[in-house]
Amino acid sequence: MSVIYLLISISIVVAVGFFIAFVRAVKGGQYDDDYTPSVRVLFDDEVVSKKQEPKTEIRKSSPKTNP
Amino acid sequence: MDTHSCFHCGLEVIKKEEIVFDGKSFCCKGCQTVYEIFTDNGLSSYYDFEKMPGASPQAVNGKYDFLDNEKIAAKLLEFEDEGTSIVSLYIPHIHCSSCIWILENLHRLHRGIGSSQVNFSEKKVRIIFNPKETTLKDIVLMLCTIGYEPYISLENYEKGKTASDRSLIYKLGVAFFCFGNIMLLSFPEYFETEEFWLDQYRGFFRWLIFALSLPSFLYSASGYYVSAYKSIRNGMFNIDIPIALGIIVMFIRSTVDIVLGYGQGFFDSLTALVFFMLVGRLFQQKTYSFLSFERDFKSYFPIAVTQIKAQQEEVSVPVYDIQKGDRLLIRNQELIPVDGILISNDCQIDYSFVTGEADPIHKKSGDKVFAGGRLLGQVIEMEVLSSVSQSYLTQLWSNDIFQKKNESHRRSITDAISRYFTPALLLIAFLGFSYWIFIDANTAFNVFTAVLIVACPCALALTAPFTLGNVLRIMGRQKLYLKNAGVIEQLAKADMIVFDKTGTITTSKASDISFKGKPLSAVELSYIKNLLRGSNHPLSRRLYDFLPVAELRIVHGFEEITGKGIEGIIDGNCIKLGAAAYVGYETSKTTQTAVHIAINNDYKGSYVFDNQYRKGLEQLFNSLSKNYDIKILSGDNDGEREQLEQMLPKGTELLFNQKPEQKLEAIRKWQETGHNVMMIGDGLNDAGALAQSNVGISISENVNVFSPACDGILDATEFSKIAYFLKLSKKAITTIKMSFTLSLLYNVVGLGFAVSGKLSPLVAAIIMPLSTVTIISFVTLASNYYAQKLKSKTGRA
Repeated sequence: MSVIYLLISISIVVAVGFFIAFVRAVKGGQYDDDYTPSVRVLFDDEVVSKKQEPKTEIRKSSPKTNP
Repeated sequence: MDTHSCFHCGLEVIKKEEIVFDGKSFCCKGCQTVYEIFTDNGLSSYYDFEKMPGASPQAVNGKYDFLDNEKIAAKLLEFEDEGTSIVSLYIPHIHCSSCIWILENLHRLHRGIGSSQVNFSEKKVRIIFNPKETTLKDIVLMLCTIGYEPYISLENYEKGKTASDRSLIYKLGVAFFCFGNIMLLSFPEYFETEEFWLDQYRGFFRWLIFALSLPSFLYSASGYYVSAYKSIRNGMFNIDIPIALGIIVMFIRSTVDIVLGYGQGFFDSLTALVFFMLVGRLFQQKTYSFLSFERDFKSYFPIAVTQIKAQQEEVSVPVYDIQKGDRLLIRNQELIPVDGILISNDCQIDYSFVTGEADPIHKKSGDKVFAGGRLLGQVIEMEVLSSVSQSYLTQLWSNDIFQKKNESHRRSITDAISRYFTPALLLIAFLGFSYWIFIDANTAFNVFTAVLIVACPCALALTAPFTLGNVLRIMGRQKLYLKNAGVIEQLAKADMIVFDKTGTITTSKASDISFKGKPLSAVELSYIKNLLRGSNHPLSRRLYDFLPVAELRIVHGFEEITGKGIEGIIDGNCIKLGAAAYVGYETSKTTQTAVHIAINNDYKGSYVFDNQYRKGLEQLFNSLSKNYDIKILSGDNDGEREQLEQMLPKGTELLFNQKPEQKLEAIRKWQETGHNVMMIGDGLNDAGALAQSNVGISISENVNVFSPACDGILDATEFSKIAYFLKLSKKAITTIKMSFTLSLLYNVVGLGFAVSGKLSPLVAAIIMPLSTVTIISFVTLASNYYAQKLKSKTGRA
């Protein structure tokens, strides 16, 4: 019947594993910002037809009339 | 009115100025340009996430030149290396998902930006860029062009990286880990005791549970031991004493139980208790990370100013490097960072934020100018008299009385109850013990510990955090941001409300003047302006500033009739300005302030002044005056005394010409007469009063930018809701009291089990979570109900 020692030990080891994962997540800053990632995950990957280089160099662009 | 909203920023479009581009309408050239930039770079999805998310870009010419100074730029960077630099910028405009999206796609707009990440709750964007391809200044300017201007102040210059305090999260994690595992392991013993398996492995299970409870007992609950110890040393009985006592007794009793084989102990309840209590703490600890309640002058000051070196060369220097004798160049709308002497010609300086004076101060060449004023008008030069740390404003601020003091002396409602609770609890425990000791020593020991265990005021201690935490969130959603939950109790206790005038009950935005009537010709306008020149009436001064510049004309026969108006003859035309009756015009009585005009007895129309007092002010004063003493404490002169007296209930005390120290003194005096004072102010001149008052609320047109140290920040648009917030805080306290009764009932039931010596671990394991859950749901529902009810009531009123 000593299998129960084994089973309980395994379950504790698994639990400790999750606990360590939690501590690492906190340390990594995952709990510092709990809002932005929830928005970020909803952004679609856009279908970008061509890799675009910045067309207008912003800081120099003066208001153009019409493209 | 024929208006609709700008596609980019959502402001109303005025038909005359509308720009139609690409089938969309924009309110100004700026908005259209931003739209163009985004569409040109394939970033038009910006407009898909949120409707009208943008802000129109403001002119920034020269404002960020100081970023050319490498020393300053380097101070702002978080990290700097050969090919990578990292900077975190605070951008007040961040408010929606579109903002997050565009700011995380900056690399598509600007060469040299590697990646960027937004922290929404702090309103910060962290940009990683290549310093070889771009500079910090270019990035900041680029952000300005797309309407996301960062806010850079002296505060950024000094601060190191602040590590956020994560200990509560760790403690909570540990507590939950222990709690969950122990619950699972103790389950078998709740039901069966005689089974073969359990008998066989009972010791193993119990010692494993013991081992698992250690981290929770030693680490997670450690905060309660420290707090209890501190409060005993201060001679106060706070709620943490019975909690700490309960936890420790529970642990010792349970250990004794399993060592001697009496039973399984209360480890399950112990860890559950610790976990629930920590959840309560986390709930109460709601913070608005994008706001700071401890701001000082540093976040108000610029980081650098323009210095004029010999040979008229202009360079940006950090504010701290300014020396006595330096020459500085201050542009329109810039802040004067140090005391000095004006070298240029006359100028107007707006000191409203520092002194509370509503009207700009006129300074002549050679006058002394003090730090903290904002320049209006042309560029000026000044010579520095003292460095930043020596300047009046800085000295004033560093004064100890201006620091918001520690709140340890404030007794919270929970502590007030525990003053009676703790002694009563100990009394019952000893009575039970002394009764049973004559019957059975063993039971006596059991009863004594059981009382302390079951009475451990978990539900009691959770009441306040959950109620106040919930109300804190409700208020936060309505734009009153409180520093912590304790402020709500102070709000409920206040019985006197002191208002500052400038910027608090008046808006700091320049009030609008509009003309109603027949259009005036340029010549007529110049007549009016010339006539106004001679009058010192506040309305005349404001109208004079509003009218366009006109050539000088000679006024004959100028006459001012107090309370009526002015008249004079210019170029043979008789001009009359003033009250409707005075100029010969019958008007229906309106509350609006207006200056009527008649030229040669021909009525032309009137200039209508938008009331500069905040909306709903009179109603607010009326509803507040029933329950509160109202005072006005202003740094301005008493020019508006009459107007204010009309609006305020009779007999209200009005104090004018108050210096910051005098304001503080006035508050202290009222407090000494036994009042709980709530101060509502906005500027640096109120800082002392806000700190001295029992609860200081600062009104802010833009909560993101600046407010003095205070207990709470209220968005100016919600000013009229002050009465509602005060009522809500009172209801919160009522809720807490009701819930205290409820939790005491649980304690009575538990104590019944305890003193009769029948408290089994199973009963404890049921009572504890049950009471916690009912209390939490009760206070949450009750406070939400009150918030709703009050809201609909004030909405109807």
